Amino acid sequence: MEQLVSLAVKAVFVENLALSFFLGMCTFIAVSKKISTAIGLGISVMIVQAITVPANNLILTYLLAPGALSWAGFSDVDLTFLGLISYIGVIAALVQILEMVLDKYFPPLYNALGVFLPLITVNCAILGGSLFMVERDYNFPEAVTYGVSSGFGWALAITAMAGVREKLKYSDIPEGLQGLGITFITAGLMALAFMSFSGVKL
Amino acid sequence: MAQTKRSMLIDPLVDNNPITLQVLGICSALAVTSSLQVSFVMAIAVTFVTAFSSMFISMLRNHIPGAIRIIVQMVIIASLVILVDQVLKAYAYEISKTLSVFVGLIITNCIVMGRAEAFAMKNPPVASFIDGIGNGLGYGLILMLVGFIRELFGSGSLFGLTVLPTINNGGWYLPNGMLLLPPSAFFIIGLLIWAFRTWKPEQVEEREYKIQTVEAH
Repeated sequence: MEQLVSLAVKAVFVENLALSFFLGMCTFIAVSKKISTAIGLGISVMIVQAITVPANNLILTYLLAPGALSWAGFSDVDLTFLGLISYIGVIAALVQILEMVLDKYFPPLYNALGVFLPLITVNCAILGGSLFMVERDYNFPEAVTYGVSSGFGWALAITAMAGVREKLKYSDIPEGLQGLGITFITAGLMALAFMSFSGVKL
Repeated sequence: MAQTKRSMLIDPLVDNNPITLQVLGICSALAVTSSLQVSFVMAIAVTFVTAFSSMFISMLRNHIPGAIRIIVQMVIIASLVILVDQVLKAYAYEISKTLSVFVGLIITNCIVMGRAEAFAMKNPPVASFIDGIGNGLGYGLILMLVGFIRELFGSGSLFGLTVLPTINNGGWYLPNGMLLLPPSAFFIIGLLIWAFRTWKPEQVEEREYKIQTVEAH
């Protein structure tokens, strides 16, 4: 249990997907102009991340890992090289299913998140989360914790960024730095601030 | 086609650079730029994947149903990335360890998807192939520039060879440790964008709010 809490804190602050691994940067920069949309996107990412990381963990353990197919009689088959294509397939399919389920049962939520859902398939934070899960050999409970907390960390970062940018548009910025340039520099300063969490241990 | 092949190859380098203007593909770019060698390998990998995925998608463009095109594109791109990943693991194992998850993340690199969607779905294979190479090179250019600055000033070397002998090794150069940390990549790209836009003023974005000076009466 303690280990899981420490994993969660680490995933939210120390190893923030957006600010220390630069994942999901395209959407992070493009959709952080307003706080309300940023929160919407952040929540969608968190939900999708919380579902896909554990799902990919199950696929890895029961289908792809060396010896995982022994229940079907293929005990020496190693399918890990199919990893990338399976993970992205799972992500694309789950996003599609989530979209349909939300549309059917939670129309208000669907209307709020609808536009962001297709964007999430190509969000590197989602695939990145699954790949980190594979690289660090998380087991199932760890994968669930990591999925939820890394999604939360990303949501936190984009909301904070949108907050800064809402104020920033009133300031007097040099011509060439306008827009994209200053956004990058702001993100850099935020990343520096997040680095101060790196000593935190639970 | 109004655009010549030459301009399709050259345009993405500066005039329509994927990173500084189209805001594509910054996702996996920044974390791998702490040394020039790794940026170089990454640039080649992305150029390869973009060029070939554009070509294959363009060949299939009349047979892909609109509703499932994203998944079809994903499968083509993912297969190419697996190829790159396996080649790197076989011939450049050290580099593939440093790149870790970022090779896999080429799949979701917006440049690849973006060019597939915006160009390859509407143009013939050869043109798409050249467009893919051009955009891959535009991305590689920024990656190499950032990698060059970060490695030269962060550890005093280029491609792992010492250029500025550091104090730790008995030289005179005091390396700037911050350049090896992630945030520095943001600053360098921000400043690069500033430089590009000062050079090409037509790329400057409109202000949302103009600051007005009121004259005192």
